[in-house]
Amino acid sequence: MRPFEYVRPAETEQAVAAVTADPRTSFLAGGTTQLDLMKDGVLDPQRLVDITRLPLKGIMHADSRVHVGALTTMEELAADPMLRERLPFVREALLLGASTQLRNMATIGGNLLQRARCRYFRDPTVAACNKRNPGSGCAAIHGIQRMHAILGTSDQCIALHASDVAVPFVALDVVVHVQGVDGPRAIPLTQFYREPGTTPHIENVLKHGELITEVEIPLLPEGVLSHYLKVRDRVSYEFALTSAGVALQMEGDIIREARIGLGGVGTVPWRAWSAEDVLRGATVSAESFQAAAEAALEGARTLPGTAFKVELAKRTLVRTLETVAGASS
Amino acid sequence: MKHVDTPTRPGEATSEIPDVEVTLNVNGDPYRMRLDSRVTLLDALRDHLGLTGAKKGCDQGACGACTVLVDGKRIVSCLALAAQYDGREITTLEGLTDDGEPHPLQKAFARHDAFQCGYCTPGQIMSAVSLQAEGRAGTDADICEFMSGNICRCGAYPNIRAAIRDVVSEANDASV
Repeated sequence: MRPFEYVRPAETEQAVAAVTADPRTSFLAGGTTQLDLMKDGVLDPQRLVDITRLPLKGIMHADSRVHVGALTTMEELAADPMLRERLPFVREALLLGASTQLRNMATIGGNLLQRARCRYFRDPTVAACNKRNPGSGCAAIHGIQRMHAILGTSDQCIALHASDVAVPFVALDVVVHVQGVDGPRAIPLTQFYREPGTTPHIENVLKHGELITEVEIPLLPEGVLSHYLKVRDRVSYEFALTSAGVALQMEGDIIREARIGLGGVGTVPWRAWSAEDVLRGATVSAESFQAAAEAALEGARTLPGTAFKVELAKRTLVRTLETVAGASS
Repeated sequence: MKHVDTPTRPGEATSEIPDVEVTLNVNGDPYRMRLDSRVTLLDALRDHLGLTGAKKGCDQGACGACTVLVDGKRIVSCLALAAQYDGREITTLEGLTDDGEPHPLQKAFARHDAFQCGYCTPGQIMSAVSLQAEGRAGTDADICEFMSGNICRCGAYPNIRAAIRDVVSEANDASV
């Protein structure tokens, strides 16, 4: 790890100003991604601004919304009783991610900004990585791709966004509140991330120095059931091969509203809009669920190492739909 | 494990390496230190305080051997900068004993032979102490799920589970 200066400002404004002023200065929250990547030599900030003592922690319920301070840890959010009752798929996604130790450290804001798990991105001895070193190529496209994306990819990057909780979050139209030197702004999570395209090093719409202060989660109408299913290579403490976060508003066996997020497949947390369109107004049946799964994976671009994911992702979604519809009936 | 250790940038003098003043409250005692800002909580405990209970396994947050409690909650100390934990209450394995008497989980691990090489054991025990406090040791499935952040490459898992089960059911019996 290269030397860096450590500072701990008392005010959010000071922290934002310090990072904005210097491209080599970064925020430090839970540290579970930041320090890991600094040890590996992937990130190399000259100064870290520790934000963990800023007053951006805590959960507030108001107007059918859950306001989550960005520094709230994953474990703290998972323990919120409102989540258990009204947003079970958010709680499930939180508790199926990482380990308890990491969830006690990792913050919700940091979770949304976690970096790719691509092994080529994380290894500076690999020369070709457009995300780490723009224009250098992509080793993953010719490498081992089991943990890579099939939706939203480009010929320059196939790195996956590995967050679990971001999957129900995109399905719920969560809003991200950020603070910059020019003031605050609110960004829908579905517009927060950028697919790699020709600029894989740009992962979201934040400007350097803008800080996530709050994540605002809208509650679903009462009686709407939801579920998050994660499929992985070992039963616990592993990233998803595929996952699905589904909420269905039912009337008898008619689906009035569907919200679907997919994990393990997208370069960004994936909202399956077309699958939702297929299900809106449809009757619960094996055929409608299959049609939704086909729509969700339309346009998937696979490589030899990721070809299995298309069928696995479809089955993951169908199983999740069956679980939610089954519990609703 | 990949380690990119670069003490200084080319042209930089070592005297320019930034340091920080940190007070760590470890097992009830305050320790004031001046540390290179890069020092992790794990390295501060092991190399600066001589508390070698927390082990360095992977040094990247994947194995759990470095598990300690901060304000009663378990974390992996290898992904924590010591500076971030200034003033916080830290409990290591050394802090579990009560007047030389091992913690019930330490005794249970010995009784059930819940280790082979023993390297992961301190982390397993710290995690198990936390697991009990979290109220998550009710079933074997929960023990498996919520202990999954502690890897045992010897594969002593069945005995680790038995040790935890033993202590938790004893505690439950005692509270009836």
